[in-house]
Amino acid sequence: MTEHNPRTAIFAEGIAGIGIGTVERQISDDEPPPLPPNSELAVIGKAWPRPDGRAKVTGAMRFTVDVFLPDMLHARVLRSPMAHARVRSIDLSAARRHAGIRAVLPIASPDDPARATLRYVGAPVAAVAGISIAAAEEALHSIGIAYEALPFVTDVDKARDPGAPLVHDETTAPPGHPSGFPAAPDLPLNGNVRGPAIAKRGDVTQGFGQAEVIVEGEYRTAVQTHCCLEPHAIVADWRADGVTVYMSTQFTSGVREEIAEEFRLPLNRVRVIVNAMGGGLGSKSSLGNYGRIAIELSRRAQAPVKLFLDREEEQMDAGNRPGTWQRLRIGAKRDGSLTAISLLSYGTAGVGLGAGVGNNAEALYYCPTFEGAQHDVFINAGPGCAMRAPGNTPGAFGLEQTIDELAERLSIDPLTLRDHIDPSPVRREERRIGAERIGWHRRHAPGADSGTVKRGLGVAQSIWSANVQTNASCEVRILRDGGVEVLSSAQDIGTGTGTVLAQTVAEVLGLRPEQITVRIGDTEFPGGGPSYGSRMTASITPPARTAAWRVLQVLFGEAALALNAGIDDLIARDGTIAVRNNPSRSVTFRDAAARLRTDRISAIASRSDDYAGFRRRMGDAALAKQDLGGVQFAEVAVDTETGVVRVERVVAVQDCGRPINPRQIESQVHGGVLMGVSYALYENRILDEHTGRMVNPNLEQYKLAGPREIPQIDVVILENYQGQSATDAYGIAEPSNIATAPAIANAIYNAIGIRMRSLPITPATVLAALGRIPARS
Amino acid sequence: MRADFSRRSFLRGSALTTAGATLLTNTAALAAKAQTEDGPLLSSLPSLGPDVVPITLHINGTTETIQAEPRMTLAEALHGPLGLTGTKIACNRGACSACTVWLDGQPVCACMMLAIDVGERVITTIEGLAHGDDLHPVQQAFIDHDALQCGFCTPGMIMSCAALLEHTGEPTADNVRTAISGHYCRCGTYPHVIEATLAAAKAHKA
Repeated sequence: MTEHNPRTAIFAEGIAGIGIGTVERQISDDEPPPLPPNSELAVIGKAWPRPDGRAKVTGAMRFTVDVFLPDMLHARVLRSPMAHARVRSIDLSAARRHAGIRAVLPIASPDDPARATLRYVGAPVAAVAGISIAAAEEALHSIGIAYEALPFVTDVDKARDPGAPLVHDETTAPPGHPSGFPAAPDLPLNGNVRGPAIAKRGDVTQGFGQAEVIVEGEYRTAVQTHCCLEPHAIVADWRADGVTVYMSTQFTSGVREEIAEEFRLPLNRVRVIVNAMGGGLGSKSSLGNYGRIAIELSRRAQAPVKLFLDREEEQMDAGNRPGTWQRLRIGAKRDGSLTAISLLSYGTAGVGLGAGVGNNAEALYYCPTFEGAQHDVFINAGPGCAMRAPGNTPGAFGLEQTIDELAERLSIDPLTLRDHIDPSPVRREERRIGAERIGWHRRHAPGADSGTVKRGLGVAQSIWSANVQTNASCEVRILRDGGVEVLSSAQDIGTGTGTVLAQTVAEVLGLRPEQITVRIGDTEFPGGGPSYGSRMTASITPPARTAAWRVLQVLFGEAALALNAGIDDLIARDGTIAVRNNPSRSVTFRDAAARLRTDRISAIASRSDDYAGFRRRMGDAALAKQDLGGVQFAEVAVDTETGVVRVERVVAVQDCGRPINPRQIESQVHGGVLMGVSYALYENRILDEHTGRMVNPNLEQYKLAGPREIPQIDVVILENYQGQSATDAYGIAEPSNIATAPAIANAIYNAIGIRMRSLPITPATVLAALGRIPARS
Repeated sequence: MRADFSRRSFLRGSALTTAGATLLTNTAALAAKAQTEDGPLLSSLPSLGPDVVPITLHINGTTETIQAEPRMTLAEALHGPLGLTGTKIACNRGACSACTVWLDGQPVCACMMLAIDVGERVITTIEGLAHGDDLHPVQQAFIDHDALQCGFCTPGMIMSCAALLEHTGEPTADNVRTAISGHYCRCGTYPHVIEATLAAAKAHKA
């Protein structure tokens, strides 16, 4: 490796339109020069259309379900009808004899204690691959299983009772993860309760002793399912020389490593391709049981195998956002200064882990003392997994209502209180901008509207730790005909990764984004990061810019000869390479490329560390020093006769470092807000406590916000420069989802003067809160 | 062609060439007849399937014949044997409208009808909406207004919005909401879908 000397570079720092200063950083001399603010750029910061837009509007885009290989088989999975059972026997003989079946895979096994017990309705029991989906389903019906029913529990409160049926024991409980996500390892297990995971700062007892006002509340959130329109899908093609997997996955290179490890293959014999993804929202982050099943069936059948989940399987066994319960207690001085925050939580991710309520209470506001104790509670239900701002979305529902309540108790405006206790200068601006947009001055006293339909305004904030994949890599090639390719295994979950890559590279090379060919979603290319944690843009755009800049220096070498100039005197702009101080001396990009001796030149770059360092490293990822955030305002109308809540307007003021494509960011924020509206008012996975079955495993009884429920959404994106990377860009997926539900709940409080502490807020719960109908237990 | 049905052929003669709606009516009439004639219900009905039968469909300006089991839905036929993978199956029970295609210009959920019930009606899928390289105004507007993200619901959404434009001269935002009210988009593209469709309507009219 070449040693690179650090050099001092001056970066823009601050918020565009508010005040931009500079900050000095030491960066390596093979890093590109600081990127100026968007106002000085040609391509970055502009609303370019998606390069794959045409393919998506014409139906040409190929998703995993659209992959058909010669002689491909179709797999189906037999799933447990029992919430908790021991498999006594399993008879696969008829399935094996079925004329259309090519491979049979037992998953549960009576002889293996680790595989004899099924713990939720929908758990895989066996799988087959056949010549058609119909043949596979027929074969599943022929499988004979003898189950011994075991006692089970699907209610999170009942699961905490000392005498509750046990879901796991020490040997079967999931072990946790060293990064602490979804839950730390080595926490104690008592009955069905695992934890607590403790976080502490200062002495809360002392803090509450100093408090002049204490507010306390309990908050509950329902289980939310991901409902990606594209189902989980894989086509596995196992061959003698290796396995190729087409998969809808948020982490192409991560899945490749999982496959290599599970099937004991070297990495060079595993290829993972995701041409297009129909959403993931956290649920397609790893190989999953369906992925393992399809690959093993392909290995056994010696033929490609396609497996995609149907909607019922999606709802039961494709992950979910855990349900949570939390009790928050906040102490404050009369002037609003916080003295203590305590948090107790019990959540459930079914048979899995990770049902915490995030770091809102710990990190959003300045408070000298904090104590949090969070627990996972096992129940007999499908495992939860990450979903758009895991932890922080349910967590904010509690914290931001508690802060709202505190403001009222102190007779301080909720925005003024936050100005006093929120250390973030970015959110301060976001509050100011949002208040103007929504017309916060119109906010009246709680329940002050006369008449049947009462309106209200509410606000809530989000915090999300910016994080990056430290090994995300990208290659940029310039071909001799002037073509440019950007290559990475990074996948586009659907938000527009290809667009931001094309824009980033085009900006460096002085070209238009449509002149850049983006090839991503294939492990044949350098490993990109995962599409989760709002991590992708922060991880992949810096190495894309760096690689483009490095390969441009090589092209500059050719151009310098043609122009009789020094490399350092050249600039790339408007499709030409020109001498900076004498732009009439120029050569077109294409002519410069034509001078190359080889058919291409190329550079691969990896994500450099943030220029000012990281807060904490976690394997191949790291937490940035700064947080992402946002402030959302909601205006609601509550019909006090029907209980129907209508969200009329949401103003979302968000930050994501340097915005690369404002239009795409706006689209993504719409999605975050709508998912929040849906979470607040509609979504609810309902389990039948007598059978453990989900009673609404579909898209009509599992209600999502649809076109009739969308509010007017105003999106404001700040340009917040921090001088941390070659692009200074970050993601927006998660911070845009966190604040919506509590903003709506606070607006409902403002409308009717009653605090709704449980999600979803349905007409029935509103009418019960108003005392118009009896409350349901 | 359909007169070639062999051992399992049913509904001989004229019923074979009628459109689905008529076919259903005739089936009901046969069932009623079987009942009134005192025999066990449906016993006198000839059966179709489970083996494959030829099914002829008029799609995107051409006529295609596939060999398919009679239980195959239109969505499955389009996505599978016909290779028109732009039609997406997301819920497979008419709850999300991702599989929307046109039958004689009217949007329908392709997962909710059997391919064999389509009959003579003309099918238009997302692949047949553009004229060569010229996109339908709604398709172009979806690109221009970023009315898509992951793109999985997009073909169905476009079929409904384009149908609205074909049937409504100057749609309002509320008309668009009605047109897409059966569609789910988890990415939350609805605001841009409405914006794009209204812009396309203006372009369409101009």
